Parts: sequence; C-alpha cells; structure tokens
Amino acid sequence: MWSIIKARFQQGYRTGKFPRVRPVMPERFQGLPCIDNGKCPGDCHACIEVCPTGAIRRDESGLTLDMGKCLFCGKCAPVCPVGVIRFSREHDLGRFSREKLQRTDGAYHYELQENPEIQKFCGKSLKIRQVSAGGCAACELDFNVLNTLAWDIARLHIQVVPSPRHADCLLVTGPVSKNMLLALQKTYAAMPEPAFVIACGTCAISGGIFAGSPEVCGGLEGILKVDMYVPGCPPHPATLLEALLRFMGQKMR
Amino acid sequence: MADAFLQLTNPGSALLADLPVLPFVEFSRQALSAIHERGGRVSAFFAIPQANNFRLILVLALDAEGNLLLSACDVEREYPSLTPECTQFHWFEREIAEQYGIKPLGHPWLKPIRFNHSEEGEERAPGVTEYFAMQGEAAHEVAVGPVHAGVIEPGHFRFQCLGEDVFSLEISLGYQHRGIEKMLQGGPDNKSIHLLETASGDSSCASAGAFCQLLETLTPGGLISDRDQALRVVAWELERIANHAGDLGALAGDVAFRPTAGYCGRIRGDFLNMTAALCGNRFGRGLIVPGGMGYEVDLAICNKLLPWLKKTANELDSALDLLFDAPSVLDRFENTGTVSSESASQAGLVGVAARASALAQDVRSKHPYGWYCQHKIPMPLAKSGDVLARAWVRRQELAASVQIVQELLENLPLPGKKPVPYRLAGERIVVSLVEAWRGELCHVALTDASGKFSSYKIVDPSFHNWFGLALSLRGEQISHFPLCNKSFNLSYCGHDL
Repeated sequence: MWSIIKARFQQGYRTGKFPRVRPVMPERFQGLPCIDNGKCPGDCHACIEVCPTGAIRRDESGLTLDMGKCLFCGKCAPVCPVGVIRFSREHDLGRFSREKLQRTDGAYHYELQENPEIQKFCGKSLKIRQVSAGGCAACELDFNVLNTLAWDIARLHIQVVPSPRHADCLLVTGPVSKNMLLALQKTYAAMPEPAFVIACGTCAISGGIFAGSPEVCGGLEGILKVDMYVPGCPPHPATLLEALLRFMGQKMR
Repeated sequence: MADAFLQLTNPGSALLADLPVLPFVEFSRQALSAIHERGGRVSAFFAIPQANNFRLILVLALDAEGNLLLSACDVEREYPSLTPECTQFHWFEREIAEQYGIKPLGHPWLKPIRFNHSEEGEERAPGVTEYFAMQGEAAHEVAVGPVHAGVIEPGHFRFQCLGEDVFSLEISLGYQHRGIEKMLQGGPDNKSIHLLETASGDSSCASAGAFCQLLETLTPGGLISDRDQALRVVAWELERIANHAGDLGALAGDVAFRPTAGYCGRIRGDFLNMTAALCGNRFGRGLIVPGGMGYEVDLAICNKLLPWLKKTANELDSALDLLFDAPSVLDRFENTGTVSSESASQAGLVGVAARASALAQDVRSKHPYGWYCQHKIPMPLAKSGDVLARAWVRRQELAASVQIVQELLENLPLPGKKPVPYRLAGERIVVSLVEAWRGELCHVALTDASGKFSSYKIVDPSFHNWFGLALSLRGEQISHFPLCNKSFNLSYCGHDL
C-alpha cells in the first residue's frame, strides 16, 4: 500500500496539456508537406518516381501531393534537385474533404467544422467505435495511446465505446481488406443515425501502400461516406487528437 | 546425410541449384529425423508453383548447432501429411493447402487459416468453416469477433465451454489479409520496404531489419558498417522495450491493477518517442534502410537520449516493482494459462512464449546476426509456462535491452564506409532470421535470373504462436481469456499478411 502511494508521488502528474499548450513534435517529424511550385523546373520526375504510393502528380498547374496517399516517408524531399518539396513539423493534418488533402503550395489553412449536424450531435461529447479493417496495428496503437494518461481523452469528453450501438462515430483504420468488408458494413449498420465516419490513416483513406492488391478494397472510398480524413502512417497521436477535437467543432487556434 | 540438406548459417544464401530436391519419402524421412533426433525446429515450410507441379521448401533451425537446414521436394496435388508425425507442420500445411490447393493427406484438421482467394479463384467467406463442436447438457459455445470491444485488430475466437471452463478454443484469422507476399514478388522496388514495415506495424524495425539483412546477404560486398549494425540494434531493442513495457501495463490493466497499467501506458509512449527522436516516426518507419540506416545519429541525439532512457527505465522499474509485488496480481498470474514445455516444443512456439516454457531459443543467441555475433545476450528462461512466466521473461528482457541500448549509445562505433548499393545475385535462395520482440521472424526469398524476387515468404512469430494461445486456454476459466491473450499479445496482421 505504502509502496503504491510512494510510486504515485515518484511518477508525478504526467498528463500533457494539449490542447491548451501546443505539443512539441520530434525534431525529425515529417508533418504537413509544403510545395514550392514556383521553383519546380517541370522537366524532372524524381519525386514522382521515388514515391512508393503515387501520391505526387503533375499537371499544367504544377505538382500536387495527395496527403491521402502519402506515407510521410519523406523520400521525395531529398531527391528534388531544387528543394520544391519540404515536410514541415506542422502536425495538424486532418481535413473534412478529400479535395482538401491535395497540397499544391506551402500555406497552412486552419479548417473549422462547418457541418451543423455534426456540431449538434458531437459538439459536447464524442463516442467513438473503432474498426480495424486490414490495418497494420500502428494506427490502432496510436489511437489507444490517446486513452493513456499521457493524453487522457476522457478529460476532453471523448470516449471509445465497445458497441456500435453506443457510438456517434466510426473510426476506421486499414485499407479495408476484402475479408473485413462485411464486418465493417455490419458494424456501420448497427450504429444509430446519424452515423459519422472518420478515416484514420493513409490506408483507410486510399489503401495506402496496399492500394492495388486484389485482397483489399483500397480504402473507404465507395464503401462509406467519410466525414473526416486523418492522413499519416500512422497519424501521430497529436494529429489524431487535434482532428477529433476539430471534428467536434472545437476551435483550437 | 550430406546431400539431404543444404546447410546455412543465419543470414545465408545459396545457389538455387544447390538446394537438394529429394523424392517425397526421402524428404519426409530426413526432415523428421532432423527434427526428432537433432532438435530441428520448423522455421518455414512453403510451396512455390512450378510449370507442372509444386515445390515444397523446408527451412529447419537447429538451435543447438546454430545452423539452418534447407531441403525441398516436388509434389503434385497431394502428399502424405507430415503433421501426424510432427505437430509443428500443422499450420504450415494448412497454409499451403489454402494457397495452392495441395492436400496434405491425413492432416487431422485441414481448414483455411486466412480465407484468401485461392489460385483456383475459389471465394471463401472469412470465418465460415467447420469448428470443433461439443454436445451435452452443460456444453455451450461462445463466439467472439471479428470486431472486438476494444481498439484491437480483428479475429474470431470460438470457445467450447463446460460451464465456466474452456474445453477448447479455436482461433480463426485472416481478416487482416492484404496479400503482402504476392505484392513483394517481382521486387525489390520502392514499395517493398514499406510493405514489410507494415506487415506487422508494431514490429516495423524488426521486419525492415530482416528484409535489409536479406538484401545485403544477396549483394556481393553488401555488408554494412559496424556503426550501422550497432544503430540497428538500438532500433530493435527500443522496439522490444516499448512493446514489453506496453504489454506488462496491459497485463496489469487486465487484472485491474491500475497503478502499473497507468504508468506503463505512458512509459511505453516515452520509448516510442525515443525512436521518434531518431527518425521522426514513433514506430521507426524509415529508420532501417537497405545499406544501413536512414538517419544519422549524432552526439547531440545520443546526449539527449541517454538521460531520458535512464530516467524512463527507472520509472518503469518502479512501476514493475509494484506489479510483481502485489499479491492480488500474482494470484491472477500464477498457474493461469499454462503451456507445458513439452507442448510448447511440440507446437513449435518461439520467442517470449517459448522462453517462458523453458525452451532455450532466441535468434540473437542461437543464430546470431550483425552486432549480436560479437555480443552475448542474456536469455532469461522461466519454467512454469504460465502468465507469470511470460510476464517475468518480458521484464528480464526489458532490463537487458535497456542495458544494451545504453551501452551502445554511450559508445557508438565510428562511421564506416558505405556499402555498395544492393544488386541482388540471381537464381539464389536466401534466409534471414531476426529476433523480433515477439520471437523469431523468418524471411525467405528466391530470386530469378535477373535478381528479382520470384517468391518471398514471411513467417511472423505469431504464425507459430497463435496455437500456443489456444493451448493455454484448455481447462482454463473463460474469464481468463483476456489475460492469457495479452500474455501472448500476438499479431493478427503479422499472421494474416
């Protein structure tokens, strides 16, 4: 008993102060990609060729990097001879639409939840049911981290619920393996209306590195309507938590 | 005897032409004698399709001798099952049967393990298969999954119970199947390492390490520098520490011992953040790359990590003292989920689960690779094979790993020459084993004439150990399932690939 109390004092109070205080990201963290299209000579394909998931494309207006396909491996940045692509340490990557995941410049726009229905149902508290559909467990693990005392999402009125019947929102990870498709659809069908969907991680958005495999569907596209996209492989806990809070309609900055 | 097997040491490669292809009867006799008489363990057993038939390739690990024995035989659509003679084959034979429709005649329980789409295009609904069934007044069945109550991966569990007691547990997986091995064929290319890092996301460093080691073994002059070998060990051991710490915390959570559960959850994150300090990613993505390391680790990073590691390790120690000193915890851990040494050996368990049942096997000691060749790693063994044993082994390994990382960061070898870029030799077979934090991870690749992968086989430690979890539940109360499950903490995606 005494040893437990003693340990409690030694361990101290360790819950982070996010969102009141900005999280300190690792120095080598690859966050929001920034593109300086003015610099791009336009006649080299180094970044497009090195990308493992085809996240970078070029048209008349220049380069576009699709964060919904990006693994944030950062391989495109050093191969560019003139430094067009740079990964900043900005962790806020969650977006409300697939279009907003397309990066063509270096600007950071803060997005607000504008769907009044979501604000009405989830504005004060958010009950999440998670389904792993072919994920590698990294997204699941870093979502679980939000429940540890380091992040303690209960203090922010977010709760992971065991049954879809109790959930406002379904958080899906993984590229949606064919073998999980039915279970995913059944879980969604078991949720009360209106059932919102968050795609967590690049796999859930586009299939990620597994896109093209005959054993996966290639993300949630065409399967469920997605209300929030959180890119990353996996998304950093700060990325995911900021996205969840913004999904609820909280103004963070 | 000399011709029956191709002998390699880990990691090793040979010309495909040197792989002995025996008639089945001789193959089976030699394999079983190496297992029963020389203590061989099935590391990999898989099929590759040929023009008119299939070739079965066997990789045996001889832990006592530190050698790997490879052998092969050609079969048509069926062959006499090896499982009745040696249980270790049972899951491998089911896998081969499912992938290529090759029937092991006399297999006691032949059914799919992944429900992938077979070569013949046969569609199988996941989990829909025959299960062991029981009848009687007190007999009842409990089905759990694929979607579980917590935030974990999907899998289906079928319990046959007599009242509260579990008579048998069957585990049906495959929900996470993404077809990684098929996607690796024709590689290596710019996708390969990402596919391996995400084969089992919590073992990214181990998996990337096994893959890079395989490429470097196949590349003449591909040996990496001492410094990069040491830094890979830092990555691997940090991965081991983070996961063991997380598991011990989760075990505490499963017996409602809140202090350790709370502290370890946070401490695990600290260790992941140390990995992120090296490469920006908490799971070590991009840290290990072919030819060395993806990031340089300078003195400033070492000086930042060392005091952080020391402080966190002390906090972890204090959290674990509480766990192992609490009578209420020990009461739940002791004699729960016991797997005898004999069963563990028969089932071919690896890693923590094997060492908790007194089986002395650890790839780092028995088939050393890279830095481990020159350094002896302690191998803590427990005899009881229960939840307490698996927890205790984890704690001992944690301490050893902290020591290793600390010593390496204090004294990193100087940077050496960069190796030649990988260019794979053609027509070869290569085996690369590493000790991932769950146990032995085995990669086997075959290259074609142009040096591309014609076949890539991954055997995750969980592939061996899921059956161990089923064994641990026999005769146990069903309410002990979460505890037993967590004491193994196996990977669904690593198994399903």
